[in-house]
Amino acid sequence: MKHVNRLFEYNGVALYTLTRKEVARFMRIWTQTLIPPVITTCLYFLIFGNLIGPRIGPMQGHSYIDFIVPGLVLMSVITGAYTNVASSFFSAKFQRYIEEIMVSPSPNYVILIGYLVGGMVRGILVGTIVLAVSSLFATVDIVSPIIAITIFILTALVFSLGGMINGMFARKFDDISIIPNFVLTPLIYLGGVFYSVQMLPEFWQYVSFANPILYVINVARFAFLGSSDVGMLASFAVIGTCIAILFTLCMILLRRGYGIRE
Amino acid sequence: MKYSAGLDNALSVHNLCKTYKNGREALKNVSFSVKEGDFYALLGRNGAGKSTTIGITCSLVNKSSGKVYVFGTDIDKDFQSAKSNIGLVPQEINFSQFETPWNIVINHAGYYGVRRSLAEKQAEKYLSVLGLWSYRHTMSRKLSGGMKRRLMITRALMHEPRLLILDEPTAGIDFEARLLMWDYMEKINREGITIILTTHYLEEAERLCRHVGVIELGEIILDIDMKSLFKHLQQETYVLHTQQPINTLPDAITEPMRLRDERTIEVDIPKGSHINPLFEKLAQTGISVVSIQNKSNRLETLFMELLKTEATTLQLDETRE
Repeated sequence: MKHVNRLFEYNGVALYTLTRKEVARFMRIWTQTLIPPVITTCLYFLIFGNLIGPRIGPMQGHSYIDFIVPGLVLMSVITGAYTNVASSFFSAKFQRYIEEIMVSPSPNYVILIGYLVGGMVRGILVGTIVLAVSSLFATVDIVSPIIAITIFILTALVFSLGGMINGMFARKFDDISIIPNFVLTPLIYLGGVFYSVQMLPEFWQYVSFANPILYVINVARFAFLGSSDVGMLASFAVIGTCIAILFTLCMILLRRGYGIRE
Repeated sequence: MKYSAGLDNALSVHNLCKTYKNGREALKNVSFSVKEGDFYALLGRNGAGKSTTIGITCSLVNKSSGKVYVFGTDIDKDFQSAKSNIGLVPQEINFSQFETPWNIVINHAGYYGVRRSLAEKQAEKYLSVLGLWSYRHTMSRKLSGGMKRRLMITRALMHEPRLLILDEPTAGIDFEARLLMWDYMEKINREGITIILTTHYLEEAERLCRHVGVIELGEIILDIDMKSLFKHLQQETYVLHTQQPINTLPDAITEPMRLRDERTIEVDIPKGSHINPLFEKLAQTGISVVSIQNKSNRLETLFMELLKTEATTLQLDETRE
């Protein structure tokens, strides 16, 4: 029992250290990590919300600017969490300081959780800032704060896991921008940030249901506005499945030392 | 030779094999052990397998087969316990260039489960001892090469390991800094830390280490204590500085001699022979010697002999206990 307690304490200290380091890393470069998504979101609100939005008219019974708030907030959570873990893990690999933790007694799950928490903190922090900025442009009246907090955390977790896998597979800096640019961004835009999937032809609605980002955006929209294109149970089931698959994949890759151990 | 994973061994490596994806066989059944408290030199040419052996011991490289025990603990069965006893100073700089030495060592201690309050005390102690205290808040990329090496040693000591593995720790640093590091390594070894050193500076191994293992093409070809090894040295080379300039070597001298410059002679003396008769012969030819020094690095000589011949043909009658 004493041994287990000591192990728990050691792993706890290691996890706290890695998390603290990860958070300190993105806070140190806050002008690169926290400010750009806020500026981008302000531009979206200005152009799509204030200039084009009034011409579009109401969406699911809400003004267009209010309709796009959940999607834009979630978009910043997704990109913040993903890019943080992908770039941080790849930098650690590239500069070889990943070896510092690899030679230590920290188990793989501590390494994984440390990076995930770092990415989640950044994603949630950026999302919270964007949400605060949103209130300057739109009516932010959260219907279900518990679901809102839950979807913030789960979204940050899913995309931190995605970023971790990207970071492990990446061999050069280009590799950590390919997925965000060519996969993540299209999926976000096609996930219903700016429109309801019900507006799409039936075929494209089915295609959209294969996009996991559709579910996180719709859960957020339900939490913020009380309306959604998909059921909550199905959405949480999809998100939960994604987390289970990605977490398992990360653990397998770490155990094999993929990209970090010869 | 039988190798045990006994508790008196700091490190036991059993039949370690490593074949890289490109098919290169880096290690072929490598077996050796290092006694607790020892100062062990692991020598070999570039690509011989030293760093692969160290990498496997420290989980930086996946082994193909074999066993590694650290203080009797199988690294596959209880890696946390095994790794908590190891401190590694790698060959290449592997800390974040955008962190300060303070953060680097504190974080490192944290990865080993050392609480921050204790880590801060350790950091103060080791950064001071290794002359980095005044640079603790300097961005690490601004440190000199020698400071970076010392920082890696500081980092490796933060969790007070029982086994310190130094993979070419003094490569690329000036001689003065190297001497300081040698003194410090000797000190911590006297305090009980087992040290494994890989180096290309054989005088470093000769000065510091009590045992030596030589690895060549992925195989351990020699594993012996330093004293026994030197018994196999067949000759020693001396450098003689003469009072008067000389142009040609005297024919009367039978010992192999070479004229390095007009006041310097190198001479090979068979092991066990006295050097006084040589002085007498030189004096008879009108050459007086004003100073003498042992030129050759003895380990270097043996190492080169060993690599030239096959180690298996070296009939070493003394083997490690």
